[in-house]
Amino acid sequence: MNAHVIKQSTAERTLAQQFAEREQREPSPVRAAAFARFAAAGLPTRRVEAWHYTDLRASMSEAAPILAAPKQDDIEAARSRLSGGERFGAGPQLVFLGGRFIAKLSDPLPAGVSIAEGSVAARPIDDPLAALNEALSPTGWTISVAQGFKVTEPITLLHLGGAASSYSVYSRMALALGAGAQASFVEIFEGAHAGVQRHASTILTLADSAIAKHVVVVGDEPGLHVETQIFELAKSAELTAFGLVSGGKLTRRQIFVRIAGDRAKVSLGGLALIEGVRRADTTLQVVHTAPACASREFYRAIVDDDAVGVFQGKVIVEQAAQKTDGSMKSQAILLSPRAQMNEKPELEIFADDVVCGHGATVASLDPEHIFYLESRGIANGDAKAMLLEAFGEESIARIEDKSLADPLRARLAAWLDARKVRP
Amino acid sequence: MTGRARTEGHGMLEIKNLSVSIEDKLILDNLSLTVNAGEVAAIMGPNGSGKSTLAYVLAGKPAYEVQSGEIFLDGENLLELKPTERALKGLFLAFQYPTEIPGVGGMTFLKAALNAQRRARGESDLTTPDFMRRVREAAQALKIDQEMLRRPLNVGFSGGEKKRFEVLQMALLAPQVGVLDETDSGLDIDALRIVAEGVNALRDPKRAFLVITHYQRLLDYIKPNVVHVMAKGRIVATGGPELALELERNGYRDYAEEAA
Repeated sequence: MNAHVIKQSTAERTLAQQFAEREQREPSPVRAAAFARFAAAGLPTRRVEAWHYTDLRASMSEAAPILAAPKQDDIEAARSRLSGGERFGAGPQLVFLGGRFIAKLSDPLPAGVSIAEGSVAARPIDDPLAALNEALSPTGWTISVAQGFKVTEPITLLHLGGAASSYSVYSRMALALGAGAQASFVEIFEGAHAGVQRHASTILTLADSAIAKHVVVVGDEPGLHVETQIFELAKSAELTAFGLVSGGKLTRRQIFVRIAGDRAKVSLGGLALIEGVRRADTTLQVVHTAPACASREFYRAIVDDDAVGVFQGKVIVEQAAQKTDGSMKSQAILLSPRAQMNEKPELEIFADDVVCGHGATVASLDPEHIFYLESRGIANGDAKAMLLEAFGEESIARIEDKSLADPLRARLAAWLDARKVRP
Repeated sequence: MTGRARTEGHGMLEIKNLSVSIEDKLILDNLSLTVNAGEVAAIMGPNGSGKSTLAYVLAGKPAYEVQSGEIFLDGENLLELKPTERALKGLFLAFQYPTEIPGVGGMTFLKAALNAQRRARGESDLTTPDFMRRVREAAQALKIDQEMLRRPLNVGFSGGEKKRFEVLQMALLAPQVGVLDETDSGLDIDALRIVAEGVNALRDPKRAFLVITHYQRLLDYIKPNVVHVMAKGRIVATGGPELALELERNGYRDYAEEAA
C-alpha cells in the first residue's frame, strides 16, 4: 500500500476508510492524488521536522466521523445562534456551516466581490495535512475580488460547525484578488467543542498590486484545529495577515507564503493566548523567489499554566531574490513555571545581496517593570495586566487597521480578565 | 499608630534601627533617621554607602531582606505593606534609573496611577478632560513635551526627560513623602533647575522630602533643612546645609574612615 514502515494508526485507518467512501460516491483523480500524498506520509510525528513539536500521530488517536451536510434544522439552529451573537466588525458576514456556504444566513456581497463553489486548487505543498484537507473537503469555495475593486469594509467569513458530540469538519476556501484589488477578510472559527476535529484551508492569491488583509480568530474550544494557509503574491502585491489563538486543545496553524513577483510586501503576525493544557503551534514558511521584496514576521505568545506554545518560522531567499528585506521575530512571555514555548526561527539564504534577520525570546514578566508600576500605586494584578496588554498590543497594532484591530484588542482584554490577572 | 494628627514638625518618615541585606551582604547597618513634615532632608554619601538601597527599601522593592528595624510613614508601619500599598499611603520614589516599559503609553500609565490613588482615597476616577488638564499643567511647568507623554513609558527618553517625567508623576500624585534618588544625576544645569523648581513647588508644611544625592550641586537649588551623611550603611553625621558645603570641599574620606 504505501512505503512507510510504521504500522497504520487507528486514525489513519479511519481516514483511509472515510476517503474510500467518498471516492465511491464521487470519484476524483485530483482528490485521489491528494490522499495518496497524505497516505504516503501518514499523520506526522516528531520525526517530521515541520511537526517536531506537535506529534499529531500521537495526539490524534482517532479520526472523528465527518460532519454531514447541514440540514434545515442545522441551518435554523445556526440562525438563532447568529441572532444572539456579537459580530466581529461592521462589514458583511458570510456564514459557512460544516465547510459549506449558507447564502440564506449570509449578507449580500459588496460590489466587485463574488463567491463560487468548486474544487479549489493550490500549488503543491509538501505537507500531509495540507494534502488531507484537499482530499477530504466536501467542496471548495472561491471568493473573488474583481480587478481594480476596492472593498472598504472587512468581509467576515464565519465558520460554524454542527451539533454532533464528535465530528471532524473540513473546509477549503480560496480568496482571489485581481490586479489592483483591495480587500480585508476576517475568518472566525466558532462553536466547536472538545469533540471537534477541524481541518481548514485558505488559499489566498494576490495578483499584481493587489492589497489584502487577512485575520484569523480561533477562540472556540475544538479538540483539534489544523489550519493551512497558502498565500501567493504577485508583483507589488501587499499582504498583512494576522492570527489570534485563544482557544482549542491543540491548534496548529501552518502558513506557506510564496512571494512570486518583485517589489511585493508581506507582513505576518499573530498572538497566542494560551492557558490550561492548550497547545498552540504556528509554523510558517516564507519563500522569496523574486527580487526587491520585503517580508516581516512578528509573533507573540502569552503562555500560562501548563500550556505549550510553538513557533517555527523559516524564511527562504532564493538566488533570484536579490535585495530581499526580511525580518522575523517571535517573542513569548511565560506566566507559569510549567508553561513552555518552543521557538525555531530559521533563514535559508541563497542570494548574496539581502538584508535578513531573525530573533526569538522567551521571558517572564520583568519584575523591574512590575515594581515600577506598583511604586506608583498600581496594584500588582493591574500592573501585570497592563504589561501583558501592552505586549499583545504591539503585535495587534501591526495590522494597521482599527476596524480589524479593535475587536482583537477586546479579545485580548477579555482573555486577561478571564485569567484573573487583574484582581 | 494611625490617626495621628498630620501637623508640621512631627516625624512624617521615621526609620528606626534599620538593617538590610541583599544576598547575605549587609547594606544598611542599624540606620535611624527621621524626616519631619515640612522638611527636606538630604542624604549625601559616597558610592556604595547604601543610599539607593535605602530608597528601594522604602518603596518596597523585592530582593532586599530587612533583617531588623522599622519604617513609619505618618505613623504607619511601611514594612508590613506591599509596594502598591506604600504608594497609596503617600510614598513616592523618584527613581535614579526610571525603567523603560515598552508598549505602555505614558498617558495610560499616568491615568492608571492617578486613579488608583484616587480610588484608595475613596474618590471617583478623574474625567478625561480633568485628567488631561492636570497633566497639561504639570507638564508645562516641567517643560515636558506633550508628544513625549504619548510615547511608551520612558522608552527612548533622554536622561533628563526621564527625571523630569519622574517629577511630573510626583507632582500629579502629590505624595506625603517624596524620596528623590539621585534625581540630579544625568541632568545638565538647565534641566537641574527645572527639576528643582518642580520639587520646590511641591514643598508643603504637610509634606516631607528625602533627597539622596552624591553631589552638593542639587542642594543649591533644593535647599535642605537637614543634611545627613551616610557611609557604610549608616548615618555618620548630621548637620545643617553647611555640612553639604563642607563635604564638597573635603570629600567623603573622613566619614568613610569614621564608619569603618
